[in-house]
Amino acid sequence: MSNYRIQGATGEWEVVIGLEVHAQVTSNSKLFSGAATAFGAEPNSQVSLIDAAMPGMLPVPNRECIRQAVRTGMAIAAQINTWSRFDRKNYFYADLPQGYQISQLYHPLVGEGSLLIEADEKAGIAEDKIIGIERIHVEQDAGKLMHDQHPTMSYVDLNRAGVALMEIVSKPDMRSPAEAGAYLRKLRAILRYVGSCDGNMEEGSMRADVNVSVRRPDEPFGTRTETKNVNSVRFVMQAIEHEAMRQVDVLESGGTVEQETRLFDPGTGTTRTMRSKEDAHDYRYFPDPDLLPLVLDEDFLAECRASLPELPDAKRKRYIEVLGLSPYNARELTAEVETFARFETLLAETAKAIGKDEPAVATQVANWSLSVAPGVMKALGDEGDPANATAAAQAAILAMQDKGEISGGQAKEIFEIVLKTGRDPAEIAETEGLKQVSDTGAIEAAVDSVIAANADKVEQYRAGKEALFGFFVGQVMKAMQGKANPQLVNQLLKGKLG
Amino acid sequence: MTDLTADLTSLGVKEIRDGVARGDFTAREVAEAFNAAVAEAAALNAFIVTTPDHALAAADKVDADRAAGKELGSMAGVPIGMKDLFATYGIQTTAASHILEGFLPRYESTVSSKLWDAGAGMLGKLNLDQFAMGSSNETSYFGNVTSPWRKAGSNAAMSPGGSSGGSSAAVAARIAPAATGTDTGGSIRQPAAFTGICGIKPTYGRCSRWGIVAFASSLDQAGPMARSVEDCAIMLGAMAGFDPKDATSLDMPVPDWEAALNSDLRGKKVGIPREYRMEGTDQAILDSWEQGKAWLKDAGAEIVDVSLPHTKYALPAYYIVAPAEASSNLARYDGVRYGLRELPDGSGLQDMYAATRAAGFGDEVKRRILIGTYVLSAGFYDAYYTQAQKVRALVARDFERAFAECDVILAPTTPTASFPLGSMTDDPLTMYLNDVFAVPASLAGLPAMSVPATLNPDGLPLGLQIVGRPFDEQGVLNAGLAIEQRAGFTARPEKWW
Repeated sequence: MSNYRIQGATGEWEVVIGLEVHAQVTSNSKLFSGAATAFGAEPNSQVSLIDAAMPGMLPVPNRECIRQAVRTGMAIAAQINTWSRFDRKNYFYADLPQGYQISQLYHPLVGEGSLLIEADEKAGIAEDKIIGIERIHVEQDAGKLMHDQHPTMSYVDLNRAGVALMEIVSKPDMRSPAEAGAYLRKLRAILRYVGSCDGNMEEGSMRADVNVSVRRPDEPFGTRTETKNVNSVRFVMQAIEHEAMRQVDVLESGGTVEQETRLFDPGTGTTRTMRSKEDAHDYRYFPDPDLLPLVLDEDFLAECRASLPELPDAKRKRYIEVLGLSPYNARELTAEVETFARFETLLAETAKAIGKDEPAVATQVANWSLSVAPGVMKALGDEGDPANATAAAQAAILAMQDKGEISGGQAKEIFEIVLKTGRDPAEIAETEGLKQVSDTGAIEAAVDSVIAANADKVEQYRAGKEALFGFFVGQVMKAMQGKANPQLVNQLLKGKLG
Repeated sequence: MTDLTADLTSLGVKEIRDGVARGDFTAREVAEAFNAAVAEAAALNAFIVTTPDHALAAADKVDADRAAGKELGSMAGVPIGMKDLFATYGIQTTAASHILEGFLPRYESTVSSKLWDAGAGMLGKLNLDQFAMGSSNETSYFGNVTSPWRKAGSNAAMSPGGSSGGSSAAVAARIAPAATGTDTGGSIRQPAAFTGICGIKPTYGRCSRWGIVAFASSLDQAGPMARSVEDCAIMLGAMAGFDPKDATSLDMPVPDWEAALNSDLRGKKVGIPREYRMEGTDQAILDSWEQGKAWLKDAGAEIVDVSLPHTKYALPAYYIVAPAEASSNLARYDGVRYGLRELPDGSGLQDMYAATRAAGFGDEVKRRILIGTYVLSAGFYDAYYTQAQKVRALVARDFERAFAECDVILAPTTPTASFPLGSMTDDPLTMYLNDVFAVPASLAGLPAMSVPATLNPDGLPLGLQIVGRPFDEQGVLNAGLAIEQRAGFTARPEKWW
């Protein structure tokens, strides 16, 4: 249960949110043509005869796009429909060459599924929550109009026309901007884990239509508005906040919320009317007669299933249960593909370097990855070259630390030099004198002289003033210029003090 | 030379191909003869553009290949007419519309490519009803085609049928030995019947639709039009085949229909659908149907009665499904990327759409776009489109059941013979009735052929239609051959052009 409420003049309001996310499918070619899909190419350089809707051209489904959508469906534990069909959504616009978009209205490729958003006190999400997903269907993207190229005309760039999109439709299960944000981030992580969408919202490969309504708690749903094409998590949250407030204001001043399509203005963080229900298009959906129903066989499904990677929830669970990481560390490390990939590489390298199994070193590697290493890199800023932070170098540092050859502080210093120079960590430790003394003889000598020089304190300690132990450690370390292995110091002191 | 020319233009596909291969005449001589015949026949208005150079180049290639001892294709040396619905590289492709006037494709349709690969050449792009919408060839932006046939004792200009009316007129007039057609709801069979030639619409998916200007995608099929069953078999073999660029293309081998032609129908059953005995059908048509039964019986077939109970719903269903698809297929002609653009002063995008489409489409095309838009619109979709799809499924089931009892079905191709141009233009519903016997096979995607049977008392040709099981073009061609051999149809229009 979300306790997010809008405090209106007349009482509390609950926000109800559903998201339709358009995710560009990662594939080399478009949904129904062989044209390329790379971002940022010269206008109209990636347009086939089919994309330009030349007379007599026909769409042929791109198997890879279907595969990616099916894998995405499997990743949200959804019903995969082995029989689905493409429909035409008819409307005229200059960025839509066919005069219709090929989409799936009646029989989508992927049916109901769900994803989990995790409790996040800081964000105001009290507990884990399952968000239902209604369906995923595949459809063509449109082209782009350019209004700034000519004083009186608009230009059309069809590079994006026909690129495959997955439309991922949630149920109206979210109750706060934070939940919507968490849903989007989680969905983005899943898409990136699966590799079906790069999740790059700036380049437009992921955008959301935001459905918002408000109601009194426990009353039926109110009338919703749809805010189109919002292209960042932050904007989605802003749009919800603004739109919910606006609806509350309308209702509290005795008005009614109109079912309409709205636009988000990132400059002001507000939404405004795009078209009302009366102006809504009649899209005249009907099955595309150029395409046969899409029938998936068991082999295809098995291949899709087998190619799925370990997914965020399963990975997080494994990190906690098998690697023994804290829930916080597990969540942080599994949030992004790059993060877990770096972590897992370093974990394997470190375990090998130390000669222990992964669970035995996982917490050390996790702390290093999440806090120590980023801290050093941040402090260093532009002076460090992240490319020098290889898994091998970091594993070598962690192994030296694990063997007691270097202290935590020395580990940071060595890493700093690695980042600046790319030199070998062992060589740095040697050359720069960044090693702890683990020579028992030298430490023993220091211990002996500290004990000799502090006879009175030794007596007090032996009489039961155990707090003095820290004093002895400090004195020994001082005598060793801070380079003694603290464990050895402890051990020898304990022995000598009796 | 004059005699030779006359002789050559009276030849069909097989005769030309075999004659060229034997060296009786060169492919160039054939192409020149037909180019000349085409040039003389401007009064028929069968061609929108003529392409004599294309025909000559293809012929020269065949002659050179023959001289070099290379193997010749199945259509080697045969110059054909190409319905102007097929995109041809660098040659104007209009669908007989103003909106595509001047459009030069930078691609070649799969079917025309296959024909060129088989050694055929092109005499020109044939006139048709605009966007293949029409049954009389009167909706072309480039003027109607006039049939080479005339009623006995009359000079009235007659309809060559439609939409492949340029094709039917050209083949009947001997200005082309064969032509491509397309059939959505009878557009090969009806014009073939009106002009005393053969035409076959194969099973849906046999011929690739890639590069054919779309009318109604789930119905459109290309097919050959020629003066004999055998010529149709040869040309269909060159046109058919799986095409990965058409998702509805049949991934099946193409049989050698020519080699397997056999008019011995012993052991075959021919179904006579009782529901095709409709009011308003000419007595001469009914008589020819009876005659057809007798011919097929004579060829060894057993005649059985069959029932296709949903026949009367087929035409209304067709006039929902086809316009619905057309309304969407024709949305791409918007003035943005190619073809006509009407941009009145100060106009915006919506004005440009409206002006372009108002000027670019003819009345019949607009009528069908309006019908299609209406039947797909919110609140009417279920009552019309969904219902029509149900009828379509029932019509297909009727055939399935009938084919449990027979191998092919024999029916008239049309309810009447050709009619004078202009006599039905104000009455679209009567015009639509022309396709009443042709449409059911289209809805079911079945192979169907029209073969000339006889002349009616006015001296106009009548055709008989054979419908076969899915993929059984052979059965259809064989029954057609049996009729052809017994009908002995040798009538040809007297040259007045």
